[in-house]
Amino acid sequence: MAQLNPEIDHLLRRAGFGVSSVDADIFRDMSPSEAVSYVVDYEGRPDDVDARIGRPDHAQVASKDLFAPDIDIDDARQRWMFRMIHSRRPLQEKMALFWHNHFATAYSKLVTDSGTVQAAKMLAHKPGALRGPQGQLELFRKYALGNFRDLLVQVAQDPAMLVWLDGQSNTKARPQENFGREVMELFTVGVGNHTEADVYAAARVFTGWNLRKSADYRQDEYGDVNAYQEFVYNADGHEASAKTFTFPIYTNGSRTIPARSESEGMQDGVDLITALAIHPETARRLARKFWNFFVSEVHQPDPGFVESTAAVYLQNRTEIRPVVRHILTSPWFNNPSMRHARYSWPVEFVARAIREVGWQGFSLDTVRVPLASMGQLLFEPPNVGGWPLGADWFSTGTMLARTNFAATLAASQKQHLAAALESDSQTPQALLAAMLDRLTPAPLDAAPQQALMAYLAAAGTWTGDGEQLNTRTAGLARLLVGSSEYQLV
Amino acid sequence: MRVSRRLFIRDGVATVTLGLAAPSFLSAIAQAQGIPSRRLVVVYLGGGNDALNTLISYQDAAYYSRRPGIAIPAGQVLQIGADGAGHALGLHPRLGGLLNVFNEGRLALVQRTGYPNSSRSHFEATDIYGTANPQSSTGSGWLGRYLDTLPRPLDALAAWNTTGETPRALLSGQSGVPAIPNATSYTYASPNRGAAATQERAAAQTMASNPAAGRPHLAFVNGTSRGAIETLDRVAQARSYTPTVPYPNNGFALALRTVAGAIVRGIGSRVFWVETGGFDTHAQQGAAGGAYGNLMGTLGDGLWAFYSDVRNQGLDNDTTVIVFSEFGRRISENGSGGTDHGAAGVMMALGGMVRGGLYGTAASLAPGNPTLENNSGDVRHETDFRSVYARLLDQWLGVNSVPILSGDFRAGAPAIF
Repeated sequence: MAQLNPEIDHLLRRAGFGVSSVDADIFRDMSPSEAVSYVVDYEGRPDDVDARIGRPDHAQVASKDLFAPDIDIDDARQRWMFRMIHSRRPLQEKMALFWHNHFATAYSKLVTDSGTVQAAKMLAHKPGALRGPQGQLELFRKYALGNFRDLLVQVAQDPAMLVWLDGQSNTKARPQENFGREVMELFTVGVGNHTEADVYAAARVFTGWNLRKSADYRQDEYGDVNAYQEFVYNADGHEASAKTFTFPIYTNGSRTIPARSESEGMQDGVDLITALAIHPETARRLARKFWNFFVSEVHQPDPGFVESTAAVYLQNRTEIRPVVRHILTSPWFNNPSMRHARYSWPVEFVARAIREVGWQGFSLDTVRVPLASMGQLLFEPPNVGGWPLGADWFSTGTMLARTNFAATLAASQKQHLAAALESDSQTPQALLAAMLDRLTPAPLDAAPQQALMAYLAAAGTWTGDGEQLNTRTAGLARLLVGSSEYQLV
Repeated sequence: MRVSRRLFIRDGVATVTLGLAAPSFLSAIAQAQGIPSRRLVVVYLGGGNDALNTLISYQDAAYYSRRPGIAIPAGQVLQIGADGAGHALGLHPRLGGLLNVFNEGRLALVQRTGYPNSSRSHFEATDIYGTANPQSSTGSGWLGRYLDTLPRPLDALAAWNTTGETPRALLSGQSGVPAIPNATSYTYASPNRGAAATQERAAAQTMASNPAAGRPHLAFVNGTSRGAIETLDRVAQARSYTPTVPYPNNGFALALRTVAGAIVRGIGSRVFWVETGGFDTHAQQGAAGGAYGNLMGTLGDGLWAFYSDVRNQGLDNDTTVIVFSEFGRRISENGSGGTDHGAAGVMMALGGMVRGGLYGTAASLAPGNPTLENNSGDVRHETDFRSVYARLLDQWLGVNSVPILSGDFRAGAPAIF
């Protein structure tokens, strides 16, 4: 069962969103190591995916009025799905998804503060489309495989994050602990590696990190779309005394950020972030999250993997690209028992299904409701901790949403699928084999294979063409994409 | 407010534990366990209901002075008498349906429900009502822990969540609750019709029944898939129910209609979860009419249809509805004709076995009164919400509330049964 070969199929399920018909041509003659380089070293290829929105041979987008992904959250969701399906840099989108979950920020709270237009803009504004800073997603795409410490600094100054974790109300008089807590508990070292006293100190560190509204800014949907909020350091809002932590802040082992003048106090936050980024527990925590994201959710993180990955991260001064390259070329990743040992996230499942089944005439605005039913609306994580991953994705309702999405997709691609598989339709066995190669589900035991053969046999005398082929090809795609085996990646 | 339902979930949904049997209609497991016929329908008013405009203390001068734009004129209030402390009270004018239930003696109104140091955060407060632990907004929910007390294997439809996400209250380590936001779409979709679709569903069921020996993660996903397929027919039975009264055409009423169908068809679910949102009325909430009036109309008309329908079916003595919200709202209206997040609220219970009436005492809204808190900005709680839960667990669902609530809240609980 392979579209290309098992190693590359595995690589593209994990470091991308499965194998589309376009990929099949690109990767056919590559060795696995060439494929890793191609996936990881994507900077040489253009980030041109957005320019292809609207092309008839790509998946479609649809909007209530003008498609406006920089200021309309549903359009932004479609643009991101389009990127996952059609980007020449699938790992960039995959990592952006990883960071979206890691720095989970929800649109709905931003709306309460800033209104729908500004909330969408804070999350999805593509640099240059309008005035104002880039949206948070663009940060994640830019730093997808970039430097984690730099990303943390950018995230701490990101308008969406400042609204989301109440940076705006973090004042000298009343330090607000929300960001100070999460930057340690969720974004870096994790629970057990910091104290409440560290939280209070961190809150003081980030006093003065705030937002400034442009002159024409309005908090409702009637304002100028070119209005914006941007990061500002308010020196007179900064609490300037020394802050002491339970872990080293400086390479000389000092645990205290010195008292500084208010005008220089922004350096406090940079010092703390740098210390957190190079903390060995941050390195291990990221390594464990990468284990679950790239290697397995079924097997516990291997200590050898965690230590070697953490070492690569620290040796490369928190650069992520060497870390991911290390993972994708590691014996753990390439151990065949790790294949299909992750539970796909709903957006992974949807993007992969569209890539592998087909997208002809398929409109991405139709995936919003199914994705919500599956439990993963983009830009709407349940809380700052991100989505509950792994087995928690699955309940009767969410599984039904997955299988019913498979039905919708298969119905929309009926003719196209039948045409694509016509040359393999001489016998039911050949058709099933071709479909399994195309979709690369986890290996099917004998019983489910027999169920699929029985389904094909129920068509009566096999002709392999016409309405029989249309019907059974679509039914087969529905059964496989909706199978438990396909949910595992 | 546009707070997504997703936001109300914190740390994941329960794993689904499924019975081995595949009951086609009335749950064989439920029958075998001799399930008591009592059901609990929990209605959550999302966003923080303005209790002071639900149950109105219409002779309190401070009510009118502090709410000049949104107070309900005394002449429009649906009077229901006075509480034990002599406060004359009435329902919002759009709660005519609930007035009927009250007059039949089957609506209990528990005033000033809440807990000490009430959270003003939607998420935390909702989670606290879910965990039934004001000290923790994470972990399992009180109804999830109730489900954990039921004999195993647990019927897949022991509880029925009519929303898309599992609320904290239903979370449990051991008892999965299907999310059936829309019974109409809780169906098996196929790209084909007729025999091909039927054959396809049979194949899907066979595939999901594969034990997947040696691959427990695959077996787990198969379990959820099988659970979905096996509950489809029973859900369809509920969906096909023709009610005895017309229901309003809104999501809340349609969810209640589905619940009525499940009850009448004997699906076997003991707990239902229903929500209606929009109660975060920070601006322009109106008085008798307007936004809040519409919320009350939705609530009252929907519950009246449900109550009437279930009573017509002779099942009102087996059915209790409780209504709650995560907090009440600020006493004084704000600058934009709305109300901000407050503290104590009002809980309701209705059903054929409910001992109707007014429980607890209304707050006196003049600043400085000890029934207030937060510099007299908010209503102070009088009845711990967990004592209402305790009454429901002990007297209605027939289980010991103490372990479920991690404490004894039976003393002083309103005697609503």
